[in-house]
Amino acid sequence: MIEKALVGNSNYKKWITFLLVIMGIGAICYVRQFTYGLGLTGMSRDVSWGVYIAQFTFLVGVAAGGVMVALPYYIHNYKVFGKITILGEFLAVSSVCMCLMFIIADLGQPMRALNVLLFPTPNSMLFWDMIVLNGYLFLNILIGWVVLTSERKEVAPPAWIKPFIYLSIPWAISIHTVTAFLYAGLPGRHFWLTAIMAPRFLASAFAAGPALLIIVCMILKRFANFDAGKEAIQKLVTIVAYAALVNMFFLCMEFFTAYYSNIPGHMHTLEYLYFGLHGHNQLVPWMNLSVILPVIGIAMLLTPSLRIKESTMTIGCILIFVGFWLDKGIGLVLGGFVPNPLEEITAYHPTFNEIAITIAVWATGFFILTILYKLALGVHTELHGEDVIT
Amino acid sequence: MYDSKLVITGLAIFVILMTFPLWYNGGNAGDLPKVEKPTNYKQCVEDAAYMRTSHMVLLDDWRDEALREGKREKVKAGDIEVEKSLMNGCMMCHVDKAKFCDQCHQYAAVKPYCWDCHFVPKETL
Amino acid sequence: MDMKRRKFLKIAGLSTIAGIGAPAAFERLLNGEVPTISHASSQSESHSESEKPTGKRYGMLINLKTFREHQGMAEKCVKACHTVHNVPDFQNPKDEIKWIWETPYENAFTSKSHYYKNEEVHNNDALVLCNHCDNPPCVRACPTKATFRRDDGIVAMDYHRCIGCRFCMAACPFGARSFNWRNPRGKDEKSGRYFIDRATYNKEFPTRMRGVVEKCNFCVERLAKGLQPACVEATGHTKALIFGDLNDTNSEIRRTLSSNFTIQRKPEAGTLPSIFYIL
Repeated sequence: MIEKALVGNSNYKKWITFLLVIMGIGAICYVRQFTYGLGLTGMSRDVSWGVYIAQFTFLVGVAAGGVMVALPYYIHNYKVFGKITILGEFLAVSSVCMCLMFIIADLGQPMRALNVLLFPTPNSMLFWDMIVLNGYLFLNILIGWVVLTSERKEVAPPAWIKPFIYLSIPWAISIHTVTAFLYAGLPGRHFWLTAIMAPRFLASAFAAGPALLIIVCMILKRFANFDAGKEAIQKLVTIVAYAALVNMFFLCMEFFTAYYSNIPGHMHTLEYLYFGLHGHNQLVPWMNLSVILPVIGIAMLLTPSLRIKESTMTIGCILIFVGFWLDKGIGLVLGGFVPNPLEEITAYHPTFNEIAITIAVWATGFFILTILYKLALGVHTELHGEDVIT
Repeated sequence: MYDSKLVITGLAIFVILMTFPLWYNGGNAGDLPKVEKPTNYKQCVEDAAYMRTSHMVLLDDWRDEALREGKREKVKAGDIEVEKSLMNGCMMCHVDKAKFCDQCHQYAAVKPYCWDCHFVPKETL
Repeated sequence: MDMKRRKFLKIAGLSTIAGIGAPAAFERLLNGEVPTISHASSQSESHSESEKPTGKRYGMLINLKTFREHQGMAEKCVKACHTVHNVPDFQNPKDEIKWIWETPYENAFTSKSHYYKNEEVHNNDALVLCNHCDNPPCVRACPTKATFRRDDGIVAMDYHRCIGCRFCMAACPFGARSFNWRNPRGKDEKSGRYFIDRATYNKEFPTRMRGVVEKCNFCVERLAKGLQPACVEATGHTKALIFGDLNDTNSEIRRTLSSNFTIQRKPEAGTLPSIFYIL
């Protein structure tokens, strides 16, 4: 089956080459970081996690979002999602791969990463995160592969895969819950110390994951002659819109609790992120966008005329995805460190090297995604004889 | 088997490359390292054979005992007592890292990272 | 017929359970055995009161009054600690590593809000360091047990095992932990200055390597030799720092604690710090 990834038209080859070049640049930057140390990043004693961990957190959400396709299809036998379920699973695979790469990029001593297995520590949330992420990766590769191979042979998937499929659904919830627990259980970090951290993570995940899936489906429709079907896309759009709405609602809850209680520690970070604290306002424009973009996006997706039209619907999804990326892929992690436990404000500016590595990890993720989708669509074409350009 | 010629040639090249060090050196393992032993002291904390094979295990155990359990009582080495410490124990007798540690480590092609943090006697960082 | 019977039995069963359970539940609600008034302070929440302390628990009392009387002494403490532990000085806040340092009163004690404050207390710095909490969140967070609480209460680090994930730094409510963003044994490229002063470094204590977290170790290596921590030694006979076993009723620190009003940093975090302050 893998040979399908080796052939393709010129667009496919250009895209793959483009990704490989970015990955190459990132690899060089990583070697630089490996030899010098994490001092090559913008992180410091006070802001001790940066874009790496922020991207990791966001991408766990994208991975978990795939369950919004798998659950209706497998549990409720919602046949319309049949064509895109495998795409959701492969999106989860590439997202989890990116997560793991971001974790490794963030470690001060990556060669010792296996110490986590050598000295298992159940009281550490990071230990559990490692277990659930790797488990989820394994489940999705297994399910995706088995289902795809059966599709190719034109037989129903074997019965033994069913338990794994059912397991993968709560497992998707678990990866983002445990990731929220990384933050939500730390005393002295007021911004993170909130019981709705996990629910909020899940809400934004169920919006951002399917939103990305819709965007990818639109790209595939244009360049790979693959149509997921209008009904499936419209159903996904509804899921995205309401999940995004719930996330914005949760954000309002955070504001209410902080400002009505008037506890300084609870207000500081929100102040810093959205309005600027003592003149420190580097993140304010970004965080304002993180509210404005999804609000416009949600409005677009809930307006029937705009939702039906493919172009406006795609723009709506892009706005939500970008907005939530700003919220979780920047604000959430960086904000938690400002002010620091001594109420000092330290600014964080990612360096060129750090950004290059970050982009390269994304490129690697898209590389994996492209290869996996090539296989899936290849099988699809083989069976249905559609003229796929790619 | 499909493409049996290609597969077998590929495998053959792989095996030849992987065994390169063996046949290139004709089975000769090279000169054994000559380790300079301390002159003033006759006996180590364990016998030489154990130390040769398992000194890293001993160092690991010492570290865990001293650091985690606070068991820092000294260890007997013949007539003298030494601290459970690489820097302040072992290296008190084995004063020359280059002539003692490095000899074997180079021969065995291992690169322990002890000296990233610990000091060598006479070393100024 | 059969369906009806099953349904009836179900309802009957459920009502029986409710009938037995409800009075008990109401009783508990109306006149329970728990006293109406009970305490839920940060002290009793934690395990320290339910599990009686056994063995040693090292702690330190910092007398800020004495430090105000001896200006410049806190600096000496910092220098003594950083020299004896080969703590590098990068001279820039981004790479900074510190085990003990001086910080303005309001940064050390963040939850105090006075309009009419004691100028003397507020205008002087406080010495801060790892609190060696009895219930340390950093230890809870560490995925490899590279940081751990010893039986004597010291929260220590095993630099060989640390993978540099910095979860402990996020978990510490006191900002007591530093990370080796670069090689501490290196030197400044421009000036050629070594980060660890070659004239004064301690040959008997290792340095760290890049990529690991470090912090105050309460001088375990000095305690093992029967010495006082380096910062305590630097205060001479002033008693500005008193170090000792908090579980020993006869220790100097216990006697001073019982005869003075002392406070801890962020007691509300429930970590039970072992560092106490006299203002």
